[in-house]
Amino acid sequence: MIPAAFDYARPRSVDEAVRALADAGEDAKVLAGGQSLMPLLRLRLAIPDALIDLGRIAALREIRDDGDAVVIGSMATHHQVIRDPLVRAHLPLIARTTETVADPAVRHRGTFGGSLAHADPAGDLPAVALALDAVLLVRSPRGEREIPAAEFFVDWMTSALEPDELLVGVRVPKLGPGWGVHYEKFHRTAQAWAIVGVACAVRRDGDSVAEARVALTNMGPAPVRAGAVEDAVRGRPISDDSFRSAGGHAADGTEPPSDLHGSSEYRSHLATVLTARALAAAAAA
Amino acid sequence: MTVQEGRAEVGSPRKRSEDARLITGQTRWTDNLAPAGTLHVAFLRSPFAHARITRVDTSEAARSPGVVAVFSGADFADEQGSLPCAWVVTEDMKHPDHPPMAVREVRYVGEPVACVVARDKYAAADALEEIDVDYEPLPPVVDMNEAVADGADLVHEELGTNKSYTWVFENGDIDAALRDAPVVIEREYVQQRLIPSAMEPRSVLCVPEADDFTLYSATQIPHILRLMLATVTGIAEHRIRVVAPDVGGGFGSKLQVYGEEVLALLLARRLGRPVKWTESRSEGNMTVHHGRDQIQRLTLAAERDGRIRGFKVDLLADMGAYLMLVTPGIPLLGAFMFNGIYKMDAYSFTCTGVFTTKTPTDAYRGAGRPEATYAVERIMDELAAELDLDPIEVRRRNWIAHEEFPYDTIAGLTYDSGNYEAATDKALELFQYDKLRAEQAERRERNDPVQLGIGVSTFTEMCGLAPSRVLGSLSYGAGGWEHASVRVLPSGKVEVVTGSSAHGQGHETAWAQITADRLGVPFEDVRVLHGDTAISPRGMDTYGSRSLTVGGVALYAACEKVVDKARKVAAHLLEAAEQDLEFSDGRFSVRGVQQEGKTIQEVVLAAWAAHDLPEGMEPSLDSDATFDPDNFSFPHGTHLCATEVDTETGMVKIRKYVAVDDVGKVVNPLIVEGQVHGGLAQGIAQALFEEAVYDEEGNLTTTTMADYLVPSAADLPEFTTDRTETAATSNPLGVKGVGEAGTIASTPAVVNAVVDALRPFGVKDVPMPCSPERVWRAIRDERKPETAEPGAGGGLGSAGGAQ
Repeated sequence: MIPAAFDYARPRSVDEAVRALADAGEDAKVLAGGQSLMPLLRLRLAIPDALIDLGRIAALREIRDDGDAVVIGSMATHHQVIRDPLVRAHLPLIARTTETVADPAVRHRGTFGGSLAHADPAGDLPAVALALDAVLLVRSPRGEREIPAAEFFVDWMTSALEPDELLVGVRVPKLGPGWGVHYEKFHRTAQAWAIVGVACAVRRDGDSVAEARVALTNMGPAPVRAGAVEDAVRGRPISDDSFRSAGGHAADGTEPPSDLHGSSEYRSHLATVLTARALAAAAAA
Repeated sequence: MTVQEGRAEVGSPRKRSEDARLITGQTRWTDNLAPAGTLHVAFLRSPFAHARITRVDTSEAARSPGVVAVFSGADFADEQGSLPCAWVVTEDMKHPDHPPMAVREVRYVGEPVACVVARDKYAAADALEEIDVDYEPLPPVVDMNEAVADGADLVHEELGTNKSYTWVFENGDIDAALRDAPVVIEREYVQQRLIPSAMEPRSVLCVPEADDFTLYSATQIPHILRLMLATVTGIAEHRIRVVAPDVGGGFGSKLQVYGEEVLALLLARRLGRPVKWTESRSEGNMTVHHGRDQIQRLTLAAERDGRIRGFKVDLLADMGAYLMLVTPGIPLLGAFMFNGIYKMDAYSFTCTGVFTTKTPTDAYRGAGRPEATYAVERIMDELAAELDLDPIEVRRRNWIAHEEFPYDTIAGLTYDSGNYEAATDKALELFQYDKLRAEQAERRERNDPVQLGIGVSTFTEMCGLAPSRVLGSLSYGAGGWEHASVRVLPSGKVEVVTGSSAHGQGHETAWAQITADRLGVPFEDVRVLHGDTAISPRGMDTYGSRSLTVGGVALYAACEKVVDKARKVAAHLLEAAEQDLEFSDGRFSVRGVQQEGKTIQEVVLAAWAAHDLPEGMEPSLDSDATFDPDNFSFPHGTHLCATEVDTETGMVKIRKYVAVDDVGKVVNPLIVEGQVHGGLAQGIAQALFEEAVYDEEGNLTTTTMADYLVPSAADLPEFTTDRTETAATSNPLGVKGVGEAGTIASTPAVVNAVVDALRPFGVKDVPMPCSPERVWRAIRDERKPETAEPGAGGGLGSAGGAQ
């Protein structure tokens, strides 16, 4: 398949990129690693007037320590994220989840920022960003803006980014000691998207759960934070019974889609089973 | 005959000599070929499953930049003919016209309606959007049961029915068997529609030169394609040369005469320029012929001790919108296989071919035989469960014992050889069957959320297609012979020309191995040529696991002729009688006088120089042979599969897979191993992953690899493979063919294992593919209320591969 014609810009700096995006108008698309956008272009499901290719902006690939947080440049590749010592030390949930994304070829090109900005509810990383209370760092001709993950994922493939706004990085708070993490991904083949995924972090206090954060992949038009599960498991003893009972709330208030790989009803069931398993695995980690 | 049996080449696990070239990109895929001035074709395809075309306006597209010409079906109506169906299975078979580009009506989504020819493929793709077509939608016909009901909407109004044909085979008194037997099992299985997914997409390039045309195509059948192109277009056969360059897989999907191939020829003729078309993956998913798609209604009658009395098979087979090259015959290849390896008193087979508004179906790896094998192997497990017998035991009580060969089956074939006991014993041992049964019992005992299932498949198949007289009796339009010629060059090097057309099978290696042994020349001195009607003028091409069992035997015979000619020359040179010569390791010598001799290379040179030849001898050792088999060959084997089924999520993982195949004598064990592995992957894919899904409007919803799940290595277990070797008696090489065995055997082994895991829940079937949701629903529909709720215990986290 061959994309429809488009204008193309390959800026060398963030300033240039912001300008290029503003100049290109409403129907421009930002090209990061291209692993989601290129197929859409080739199938002519996306027909933008212009592409702004961020591939030559080295500054956007940086991952740096920011005190009690780590800032991941929006163009850091999945491969880079998986191997980065800061991410491995402070954000193991991101490292482990990213290891489950697609295949090595995709992980060498696909980017952390790209998969968040794409806002695909079947993508793994949006739920992780939500569970970790990440903050998305945005630039536009109007200046800088910070968007909490909880406000970023608006709808199916729709983020809070304005047409002239560029995602430049993501600030993710470090999890302190006592946290265990797990991403439970359920998919039919290794390279397929998650039918349901559960991103989970549990802080232990002795034999009980002090605090848990749970977010779900592909359980609605946007990733969702499973607040009812978090409430139900807080303060409960670390046991299969607690997790099973808390997991039972996983589908509360969700609107899971029906598609070729699973009906809405099945997804609701899966969410409860997988959430119980994710809590158990995180608590044991 | 004093030729000694092969030294080392036949039976040696040589790495394939073609692979270095294929995997480093030094290939000639059709799409890589670009003669100067080549124009690029793009097709506009129907977005409707069924509609009348009321207007096609190509004027805007014709004005697009880079566009040379735009044509609708009407522009070729007088010359494009109708795509061929070479298998008229009954005298009254309904056989509608099939224009390569639709003229008045479209009958499946993806059917070509118009095409753009442009200077580059980008311009062609852009101009497609400028073509304006008006459609008047007609009712789609998606469901086979509805299609055959009274008053159904019709795919082809003029036929007055959606039934193409009904074909019947009966032997023995099936009514008596069903009436008298104490055990009668009825099942309905659905063979879902599959999309053959060859790595190389279809591609065709046609180069005109005055009145002659060279058509390059990613095809399995250059010889048949040449004849059919001539027949369809009226261009004389000797004016057409067809070349199959390197072809990256086919699995039956390139055993076809496609509209795009016909149109490439017609466009090249009309425009006088080379034209090329290469499909995209999503275009291919819609328009490459599909495979399987049957509804099977089965009735098995048996005694209480498990002995089969009779088997009744009633099929609906989806033809899709049109009959393509061998569409109607594919389900009938299964007619002879539903009895499997078993003895029975009566057998009845009825198949109705049904038109729907979907992509046409045709041969896909196994072609009729996987469907049959699935049915009989699944229902044998059901019989075992019904009688509370071990599934191996119920098979032992019914299969043909090794001393009973040759055996005339209830379906009218003669199985020449086989040893089901030996293959089964070996498989059971490798599988550690008893140990896994013990683990299964233990998991059942403790209500483990992850249950273990064991599936059995003791299959056979018919291949080596085919004896020409049998094909004739089935009204097939061609013979089943194969041709080989051996050209011995003056330097002693050898060119082997085969009519079989390799597209990934490894002919270049295996054929050289056979030749090296027969002629006593080094392996490296043999080159194998194929896939070009100018180089290899006679051939029946590659499908149905026929290359070695038919083409390999032709090569064997051609080599014998070379040796016979060489013997005459050698005898003359050595001044000895022919009968006093022995031929060993490539050297003729007088029996008992080893020091006096002539190597085959010396004989070749002498024959070429022709200074001193025997009276009446031509100065060449080149030889041709054609082999037409007397019988099919019958590979068989025992496959055992253990699955772990997560009863909370429905996820299935293959824990262990053992395949013991008997493919007769083996030329190259490494190639056989590769064929088995690939076949297993495809068979497992049908069991667990792949399905072409249409919505109610007749739209294919699995057009991309994100939705049509072709498993990768990561989703498959490690295979344990082994062989027994019972030589075929129907050919001098003793070979049986291996191209389809893995695909045929594995699907029922896997589904039997899934169902076996769920027997404690009362589950008797899970429709294919056994997706997690289908497995979960099967359990939920049968689940007793008192069983445990979902838990946090360790289940199976993700896709179906091994640990």
